[in-house]
Amino acid sequence: MLHLISLSTTLFGTWLLMSGHYEPLILGFGVGSTLFTVIVVHRMDVVDHEGHPLHLSLRSLIYFPWLAWEIVKANIDVARAVLTPGSNAIQPNIMKVPTSQKSELGQVIYANSITLTPGTVTIDLVDGELEIHALTFAARDGLATGEMDRRASWLEGVG
Amino acid sequence: MDISVVIDIASWALIIAGSVFLVIGGIGALRFPDFFTRQHAAGITDTGGAGFLIAGLLLQGGLSLVSVKLIFILLFFFFTSPTATHALAQAALSSGLKPKLHKTSGDQGDGEDASSKI
Amino acid sequence: MFATATIALLVTIAITLVRAFLGPTVYDRILAINMIGTKTVLLIAVLGFLMGRPEFLDIALVYALINFIGTIAIMKFFKYSHLGLPHSGDDLGDL
Repeated sequence: MLHLISLSTTLFGTWLLMSGHYEPLILGFGVGSTLFTVIVVHRMDVVDHEGHPLHLSLRSLIYFPWLAWEIVKANIDVARAVLTPGSNAIQPNIMKVPTSQKSELGQVIYANSITLTPGTVTIDLVDGELEIHALTFAARDGLATGEMDRRASWLEGVG
Repeated sequence: MDISVVIDIASWALIIAGSVFLVIGGIGALRFPDFFTRQHAAGITDTGGAGFLIAGLLLQGGLSLVSVKLIFILLFFFFTSPTATHALAQAALSSGLKPKLHKTSGDQGDGEDASSKI
Repeated sequence: MFATATIALLVTIAITLVRAFLGPTVYDRILAINMIGTKTVLLIAVLGFLMGRPEFLDIALVYALINFIGTIAIMKFFKYSHLGLPHSGDDLGDL
C-alpha cells in the first residue's frame, strides 16, 4: 500500500511538472491518468520493493553523487585513451568480479553502475559473478579494488 | 562580479566540456578496433557528454519547468543507457561475436589469438 | 555557445554515421544508431535553447523514449528473429 501511494504521488508530481497547466479540467485529466496507470500497474503486480524501491531512497542520496563523481573521473580516463595515438592506448580485457549484494536488485544496481562508468561494461551475470569487459588495465584495476561493490552493498542497506 | 556572469561562465564551461566529450566519444566509436571497445566510446557520449551538456543547459534554464524537463531527460539517460548497452553486449556475445583481447605477454598484436581464451 | 554545442553534436552525428555505414557487424550498426539517437535528443534540446523555444524539450523527452524502445526492439529482433514471445528453447525470457 505504501508503494502504491508513493507511486501515485510520484506519477502525479511528474505529470504536474511536465504539463505546467493548473486549470481544474487539466488537473482532473492528470488525476484520471494517474489512477488509471496505478490500477494497471497494480493488476500487473509489479509494484513491490523491486519495481519501486522505496527503501533505497535515503541512501541513494549519498550513493548517486558518489557514482556521478566516479563517472566524471572515468570519462576523463577513457577520453585520454581515445586521444592517445597508437594501438597501445587500450588494453581490452575480460574479468570476473564477485558481487556481495544480498538481493537481485542490489546486484542489478551494481552491474548497472559498472556499465554506467565508462571503461567497464557488464556483459553477463552468472551465479552472482559479473563478467566485465574493461577497456584498459587501469579501469580493470580500479574496479578490482571493490570500492563500488562495497558502496552498492551499503546502498542496499543490509550490512 | 555579478552572479549572473558567474553562472554564464560556468554554463559555458560545462557546455564546452560536454561538446568535447561528445566529439571524443564519436572519434572513439570510429577508431576503436571492435564492437566491445566501441561500447566504451558510446558510454562516454551517453554519460559524460550528455551529463555535462545538460548540466550546462540547466544553469541557463534556471529554476523553471525547463530545468525539470532537462533533469528528466538526464535521469532517463542514466537509467536506459546501461540497459541498452548491456542488452547489446549480451546479444553480441550470445550471437558468437568474440571480443578482441589485449595480449598480456607484452607482445602487441591484433589479439586474434587471445580472443580464443574466453 | 549553443551554436558551438550544435556544431559539436552535428560533427559527432556525422562521425557516428560513418561507423554505422562501415559496420562491420550488425551490432556495431545498432550501437551507432543508438548513439545517433542519443545525440538527436541532445540536439533537439540544444536547438530549443538556440531558438529560444524550450518547448522543444517535450519533443526531446518523447524522442528519448522512442529511441530506447527502438534500440531494444531492433536488438530483440536480431536476437530472436521475431518480436513476439520467446521460443521455449530460449535461455532468456523477454528482454
